[in-house]
Amino acid sequence: MNKWFVTAPLLAVPLLAPAWEFRGEVALEGRYFTQDSPYPQADYDTNSSAYLKPEILHEWNDRDDLFTFIPYARVDENDSERTHWDIRELSWIHVGNGWESRVGIRKVFWGVTEGRHLVDIINQTDQVDQVDGEEKLGQPMINLSLVRDWGIVDLFVLPGFRERTYAGEEGRPRTPLPVSDDAVYESSQEEGRVDFAIRYQQYFDNGIEFALSHFSGTSRDPLLIPQNLTMAELQTLLATGQLPAGSDPEFTPVYNVIDQTGLELQYLQNGWLWKLEAISRSGQGDRFYALDGGFEYTQVGLFGSAADLGWIVEYIWEDREDSLASPMASDVLLGTRFTFNDVASTEILAGVIYDADNEEKAFSLESSRRFGNNLKATLEARFYTDAQDPRSPSALYRDILRNVNTNPGLGPISRSDFVQAELVYYF
Amino acid sequence: MKSRLLIAGLALAMAAPLANAQTPEEKGLEIAREADRRGEGFGDFQADMKMVLITKRGDRAERELRVKTLEGKGEDEGDKSLTIFDTPRDVRGTAMLTFSYKNKDDDQWLYLPALRRVKTIASRNKSGPFMGSEFSFEDMRGQEVEKYTYKYLRDEACGELTCFVMERYPTDEHSGYTKMVVWLDQQEYRTWKVDYYDRRDSLLKTLESSDFTQYKDKFWQPAKMSMINHQTGKATDLFWSNYQYDTGLTEADFNQNSLKRAR
Repeated sequence: MNKWFVTAPLLAVPLLAPAWEFRGEVALEGRYFTQDSPYPQADYDTNSSAYLKPEILHEWNDRDDLFTFIPYARVDENDSERTHWDIRELSWIHVGNGWESRVGIRKVFWGVTEGRHLVDIINQTDQVDQVDGEEKLGQPMINLSLVRDWGIVDLFVLPGFRERTYAGEEGRPRTPLPVSDDAVYESSQEEGRVDFAIRYQQYFDNGIEFALSHFSGTSRDPLLIPQNLTMAELQTLLATGQLPAGSDPEFTPVYNVIDQTGLELQYLQNGWLWKLEAISRSGQGDRFYALDGGFEYTQVGLFGSAADLGWIVEYIWEDREDSLASPMASDVLLGTRFTFNDVASTEILAGVIYDADNEEKAFSLESSRRFGNNLKATLEARFYTDAQDPRSPSALYRDILRNVNTNPGLGPISRSDFVQAELVYYF
Repeated sequence: MKSRLLIAGLALAMAAPLANAQTPEEKGLEIAREADRRGEGFGDFQADMKMVLITKRGDRAERELRVKTLEGKGEDEGDKSLTIFDTPRDVRGTAMLTFSYKNKDDDQWLYLPALRRVKTIASRNKSGPFMGSEFSFEDMRGQEVEKYTYKYLRDEACGELTCFVMERYPTDEHSGYTKMVVWLDQQEYRTWKVDYYDRRDSLLKTLESSDFTQYKDKFWQPAKMSMINHQTGKATDLFWSNYQYDTGLTEADFNQNSLKRAR
């Protein structure tokens, strides 16, 4: 009797234990800036930062119910705005027969291209966290997914809006003017507006995949409008990189209500992966169109070795006739990826985005390898060539605005070429 | 007992002239078809796999993954499978969905959990290493009869059993091999050993399978598969465990939604 009493809870433990899982990652990052900052508040060459991303996972009902909790926190040596935390995911997924519901804070990615994620719109960009715009803030949602023979339909109700994060005055790279915390919304409900989205995707066994989506709600991309900036202040800013003492102009983010229809198309033929993303957006000035199309091709077994060499070529085009946006009116992306296929999973990805209009080039290099079973090291570099000079102050002003409004990197305008090393430990 | 022997003797007598008329190519194909037939009708299965990568110096690295497979229905439909990576830790949660076809390249998608992104695998990388191991992608996939031509060589003792020894030639021009020499036992048609010859026709690798267990009174699966690369001195051992059949997998477990929550 006694013996049973003692062993019963012990028996229960292995039954329950596999269903709860705790894991995560912790990382250290160091950056070296190769240029002097034009901003006195951000006058440093090196910066260190760290993040913690634990995950708590639980599943029950024979995996028909899944719970996920992923908080995220970063500390930054210099930029108080980059020291921030977020709930990346706090969600419950229930799997039914031919349908799936996903409720809570989640991250959803839509898209096929590498150059610009035009169609991806559910989550806000955590821009202060990563300059490449790939890091996202958690978005509250109710998502119903229907699986049919003729494709998958996803319906989204998105209550609650997240503002884009920006580097502070001490951040590198940063905007030329600080970004105000007081955002302006077109919707009277401001960040309380409930947005909607729908996406239909289908796959055919002849190599064609496509998705059609529509989003109706507050734009994730704000327009940054300078406030309290006089022409005299602007000229001082352009000449010296600093504002005259006592002046406090800033950017106000303006969030319009938009309707955006998106198309994702892929065609795989003989190892060539052709890709297209296109959007049409209304509500932010005149209706405009944008597309990113190209291909990916991989040469396998390079020079008789195990290594692969992949090529990515994309053309990015946007017809927005708005001086406040679109620095990438007509850009070409050329990327190449070395995959060594070794035990350490060594990879090198090098890319350049060339802006045909002003001959600006943005170079990036990302490489990574594993050490042992739990450690991964990455080395990253981002360099920008200046745009064509000389430019008139008005042309420069226009370039600045266009840059801050669509170039997440902000590199060319804030002299923030950098090399970054990161060490991630997975536990 | 006597009558059974008699029937067996009759069968042999009838089969003998047929066998004589067979070319080595026909006999090879017949063996491959029989081996394939014995693997049919499994329905679905799940298993765990541990990969041990061994360098020439003897350094070891481990990878763990889980595999779920649903058998294709009818003649034309290929199998569907989901592979979930558990270690090394940086690829944990990464999952691969494969739709295999008998007469064309497989469709494959990779789910990258950090980006919450599903990517179509474009590479026709059949000869490339699977996760840095000595197994290539084409070694890891199902061996459909139609993907090779065959030539029977001889009978040969293999351990306590007698094996068919035959050559197998890939029909796919993107294969990393010119031929394979395969040892199958005549009793259960289990593959015990394969020699792989590279594009220059020299011996590249040898695979040896062992510790076979029979499931559902029909399907034989090895618990250990050892691949040795003769040209680099590197080796990879695969250890299979937790084989489970009839786990109730359906088509719904093999789409983009299930790929994203595979973890």
